[in-house]
Amino acid sequence: MSTSRPDVLHLQSDIAYSLPIGHMPDAGGHFGRFGGRFAAETLMRPLKEIEDAFFEAWNDPAFHAERLDLLKNYVGRATPLYHARRLSEENGGARIWLKREDLNHTGAHKINNTIGQGLLARRMGKKKVLAETGAGQHGVATATVAALFGMQCDIYMGREDVERQMPNVLRMRLLGANVIPVDSGTATLKDAVNEALRNWVASCEDTFYIFGTAAGPHPFPLMVRQFHTVIGQEARAQIIEQAGRLPDAVVACVGGGSNAMGMLHPFRDDEVRLVAVEAAGHGLDSGEHAASLAAGKPGILHGNLTYLLEDDEGQIQGTHSISAGLDYPGVGPELAFMLEEGRLQLDAATDDEALQALQLLTRTEGIIPALESSHALAAGLRIARDMNPDQIVVINLSGRGDKDMNTVFRHLGWMEDAS
Amino acid sequence: MKQPDIRSARLRRTFERCSNEGRSALVGYLTAGDPDIATSLELLQTLAGQVDILEIGMPFSDPMADGPVIQAASERALEAGTHIGDVFALTRRVRDAHPDLGIVLMGYANVPYAMGFDAFAEKAKACGADGVLMVDIPPEEGGICDDALAGQGLDRILLLSPTSPEERIRLVCENATGFIYYVSLTGITGADMGDMDDIRARVERIKSLGRLPVCVGFGIKTPEQAARVAAFADGVVVGSHFVSQIAHAANACEMRDCMSSSAEQMRRAVAAAT
Ligand SMILES: Cc1ncc(COP(=O)(O)O)c(C=O)c1O
Repeated sequence: MSTSRPDVLHLQSDIAYSLPIGHMPDAGGHFGRFGGRFAAETLMRPLKEIEDAFFEAWNDPAFHAERLDLLKNYVGRATPLYHARRLSEENGGARIWLKREDLNHTGAHKINNTIGQGLLARRMGKKKVLAETGAGQHGVATATVAALFGMQCDIYMGREDVERQMPNVLRMRLLGANVIPVDSGTATLKDAVNEALRNWVASCEDTFYIFGTAAGPHPFPLMVRQFHTVIGQEARAQIIEQAGRLPDAVVACVGGGSNAMGMLHPFRDDEVRLVAVEAAGHGLDSGEHAASLAAGKPGILHGNLTYLLEDDEGQIQGTHSISAGLDYPGVGPELAFMLEEGRLQLDAATDDEALQALQLLTRTEGIIPALESSHALAAGLRIARDMNPDQIVVINLSGRGDKDMNTVFRHLGWMEDAS
Repeated sequence: MKQPDIRSARLRRTFERCSNEGRSALVGYLTAGDPDIATSLELLQTLAGQVDILEIGMPFSDPMADGPVIQAASERALEAGTHIGDVFALTRRVRDAHPDLGIVLMGYANVPYAMGFDAFAEKAKACGADGVLMVDIPPEEGGICDDALAGQGLDRILLLSPTSPEERIRLVCENATGFIYYVSLTGITGADMGDMDDIRARVERIKSLGRLPVCVGFGIKTPEQAARVAAFADGVVVGSHFVSQIAHAANACEMRDCMSSSAEQMRRAVAAAT
């Protein structure tokens, strides 16, 4: 791996979350054989402009000062690292700590990234932003930042997700965003990305594409990772402060990989198991899941080379997960790289396991997690059960469950139309 | 080692012939398997009789750079059960019937990547294709396919767009073979054409930096537009306009008639342009 720009990510600051960070992709954005910039010619210049603006901003203390001020006073960081004693006891095995990204403004980790990219958009003089969204959390976080910075905002969302995440659709509208339902293909997140890309091609002169996960063409995987590493940096400092040592395992769910990269990356050079949890849907054998790393193979989609769920001829397949935010047939290229490098431990949780974990946490700790985060929780609980009480597992609670209540109630049979 | 500008003798002869006749080449696009394999063969053969170069689209589940018309074509083709093997078979049939026609396979990276670029290039050559255009493999990422295509003598057609800065024009001119496809608007296929004077200035700049023919496409819907582009470009690409004949027609017979007459109109417009 090239370290051609080792200096740029070493900004020193008095704030704990600007520790030195390594593991850079090569100049073309490749993490080993993954990543890159597989984009249409029309997007090559806008992507290069974002890359240049990102590196320039990252080296500017004033950019970080404003970003960190917003993360603290607007988003509410640092988020707590919470020792879930009753959950640990009920579960047995290792002691469990939860990183409370659910307590961020707008209810998920997504806003760490939209604050960063929103500031970058403003710095580049863009008047409009657009984004894709699956669960609607990234859409809400983008619409929020657009309102904060006085920018026009278009959000592309698959028709199916519009229907299952209606509260978030309405929040985006209230925030002044224009929500555009996407009917093409499978009418879910991948199709929303396609449609956002198509519209960005036509509007890139005055519009910034705030990409929502650590995937897509370079520089998005790197940039989104950097804006989210605040999660793992805080967690690392907090666990040392509270438990006096590093954890044995750190666990995060994976849709595209933004909360996972943000949480896991700062522990990469430590002797800590890094666990990425994919959505196993109705089970990995059922064919109805969204586990790109576990069941996919390398391919090229949405601007990067990574693991994809596809048929024998490279046609992208429909996915299934109870959580809209994990319902994506690809994964960030750096996670693919870390897996092949042997630095990532892969795990998966089914719809049912996620639902059970959600209920267990709710009843033992009074915390209702997002369905996405419940996948990390389910796998984290399983891992903890095989450990002893001296050991520590940190689980990233990437978001809160409010948006998922209708889905959960339906599955519990408390509302009609159980699916 | 410097690659030859045009690897395919057929593409070279096509541009020479058009140039001798004092006109631009007419390039037509259809998605293979749209609306079904049997009808697609008829439509491809119809268009092949009227154009100088035929672009045969390989249907893909996620056509990110295409507008609604070509997206729908891809969906129809996949729903009709079109496999990559069918694309090669259709191409073979067109080649057999039109030995001098330039044929370019066009699509997205993931389908050839899934079969492996070596196998893909071998099959593309065997079915009679002259070149390959992959929308989402810019020259920077060419490492995954360039050797395979060159090994089979297939041209690697690259795109340029109104957003391409000078250094990218140079990069593309150095890496493309066959011809350069200039995307005449900042948008997806099927949108409205950009300003004609601007397009002309861009095309002239590209021609001054490289030696390849420059074909212009995206947004050409009328014979008048085709004629205006033909006045300065080496080739005029018509895609969505031909594909839309399929969506608008009531049956296969009408599709063929519409395809034939719209191709005829475009051909006359391009031939008459000066
Ligand atoms: C709460 C929450 N967690 C996780 C995800 C998955 O995304 P990523 O893998 O980028 O973290 C989402 C996506 O919408 C989400 O809303």
